[in-house]
Amino acid sequence: MLNLLNILFFSTIRSATPLIFPALGGTFSEKSGVVNIGLDGMMTVGAFAAVLISYKTESPWLGFIGAMIAGGLFGLLLAFLSIYFKANQVVVGTAINILAASLTTFLLVEIWGKPGQTGNVRYFEPWGPFNMFTYLSLILVAISYFVLYKTAFGLRIRSVGEHPRAADTLGVNVYLIRYICVTLSGILAGIGGASLSIGSISLFKEGMVAGRGFIALAAMIFGKWHPIGAALACLFFGLADAIQTISMSFGWKVPKEFLFALPYIMTMLAVSGIIGKSIAPAASGTPYDKGES
Amino acid sequence: MESMKSEFKSNIKNTFSEIMYPLIAIVFSFVAAGILVYAFGKDPIVAFKALFWGSLGDLNKVGETLVTTTTLILTGLSIAFAFRCGLFNIGAEGQFIMGGVISLWAGWAFKGLPAFLHVTITLIAGAIGGGLWAGIIGWLKAKVGSHEVINSIMMNYIAMNLSNYLIMTVLNEPNKAFSVEIEKSARLWRLSEKFIQFKYSRIHIGILIALIVALFTYYLLNKTIRGYEIRAVGFNPGAAEYGGIDVSKNIVLAMFISGLFAGLAGGIQTAGVQYRVNNLFGFTGYGLDGIAVALVGNNHPIGVILSALLFGILQKGGPMMQVEGIPKEVVGIIQGIIILFVAANFVRVMAKTFRGKKASHEAKIKEGVK
Repeated sequence: MLNLLNILFFSTIRSATPLIFPALGGTFSEKSGVVNIGLDGMMTVGAFAAVLISYKTESPWLGFIGAMIAGGLFGLLLAFLSIYFKANQVVVGTAINILAASLTTFLLVEIWGKPGQTGNVRYFEPWGPFNMFTYLSLILVAISYFVLYKTAFGLRIRSVGEHPRAADTLGVNVYLIRYICVTLSGILAGIGGASLSIGSISLFKEGMVAGRGFIALAAMIFGKWHPIGAALACLFFGLADAIQTISMSFGWKVPKEFLFALPYIMTMLAVSGIIGKSIAPAASGTPYDKGES
Repeated sequence: MESMKSEFKSNIKNTFSEIMYPLIAIVFSFVAAGILVYAFGKDPIVAFKALFWGSLGDLNKVGETLVTTTTLILTGLSIAFAFRCGLFNIGAEGQFIMGGVISLWAGWAFKGLPAFLHVTITLIAGAIGGGLWAGIIGWLKAKVGSHEVINSIMMNYIAMNLSNYLIMTVLNEPNKAFSVEIEKSARLWRLSEKFIQFKYSRIHIGILIALIVALFTYYLLNKTIRGYEIRAVGFNPGAAEYGGIDVSKNIVLAMFISGLFAGLAGGIQTAGVQYRVNNLFGFTGYGLDGIAVALVGNNHPIGVILSALLFGILQKGGPMMQVEGIPKEVVGIIQGIIILFVAANFVRVMAKTFRGKKASHEAKIKEGVK
């Protein structure tokens, strides 16, 4: 029994780790007023870039940085299109997901010469029970909380997401804050992707992100757009994942499809106000136009 | 008379630019994808030739392309219809899945019905399944105010898992990772039964159904009071409310109708193409592709038909490119770039900036002359 709890505990944290980064990213983006549906695609490019760079340089650390840059670039793309062109953020995010999946598979085939998965590259060996990313995710949760709620910069982010015009009147550069936050969300999602590829296995597989970007989005909402709340929600979703893994190996009679669907059902209940009302930042999703009165 | 003439002229001009903008975006995306292919030492001309040959090369290929087009017209209409009411139904994917599995049940459970009746029941069951699945999203939006995009995404995953559960339990073909097969009487009529030219393609009567639904959508949106109300809510919910339109009711209804189309697409996939439903490990992509179809088609039913044809060609031509040694993912890249261009109104914004610069340049020249 104790052994079982042990497995459950470690497996929960391992499943939660890749979710925490994009969930924090989504929190920053939405706090500043931009919806980021493209988290899943940004994770995919991060996971791929990490393997590609680690393959070329034989250094997982450089791969890690490559993932941040790749994710950040896609974040910047979302920022540019939704701020400068005032495009529909949800549609752009969807396009980023489609683009990321196709682009990585295209490059995978071109570079490794076969579809499916890349060869093995150097990766982060676990430090103790977890890998480097787990420790990093916990540190980032603390930093995100501190930045958003204890600094002037965080106050600016939140004001831009709640009432951009008021923030603008007080001299806050709405566009700049949004550019920073959305790019940051891409960087964080990229790290989340890297934690899947060079963090746990040493390769990139087609479709390896498997909707985790959307689960992270769900965790962010379930956690009420708060870094700590989001991280706890990730742990909860990790638990659902762990129970599913364990129930399969122990032959329990819980339909695995139900456990797969559980995070999504919980999120719907959360946004619908059945498990505590979850309210988005007021300006989230709406482009801001300095010119309009 | 004069004003009518100028109105007619400006109408033509508007229609022209409505068509031109997406066209330019499509050309841009092809160029961008071509550059990428070229960068990896492959010939883009060969790639695009394979793309079109693979999808339009002979009647069987055209038939297969139209099979995909049929599905895309319906999922595209689904998303376009919701868009017209100001709703982003990213959940067409889930409604498609639900439609497929409910049609499967209807096609399998009823035995001994006359074919026409059975097919009709099968398709209607799928459509209503999709409609109700979407209706939940609309109802939550109208009553609780929770955002349709979030709920749509969640319901896509729930639909996938629910469908998998049903397929692996009550609708399971013993010891297989797919479902039972539907009755012969529940299958849509295939052209290959009558025309030998289409022998190797699965093209079926569903393409006609999709075209009829597109015309019906046009009529519903533009010629009925209901359609007027739905568009009014999409245009400005506050003003619509003030004008005495029941916004909540129209949101639920628009989502239900949107879901009907996506559900029908799933039903047609079951009754016309696969005759069973597979255990899904990821999304089919038809619902997501519908977003691209709707955007490029400018959310207009006729535009949706044309852009569904384009995306049908892209998707069916992909494997042929693979034969030429060019990854078929180029298609996805083209698709993604098209959505980005159209969503960002890229061509329009650029045209405006360019015209603005030209105008100010001319003004400066004039000033210089003075």
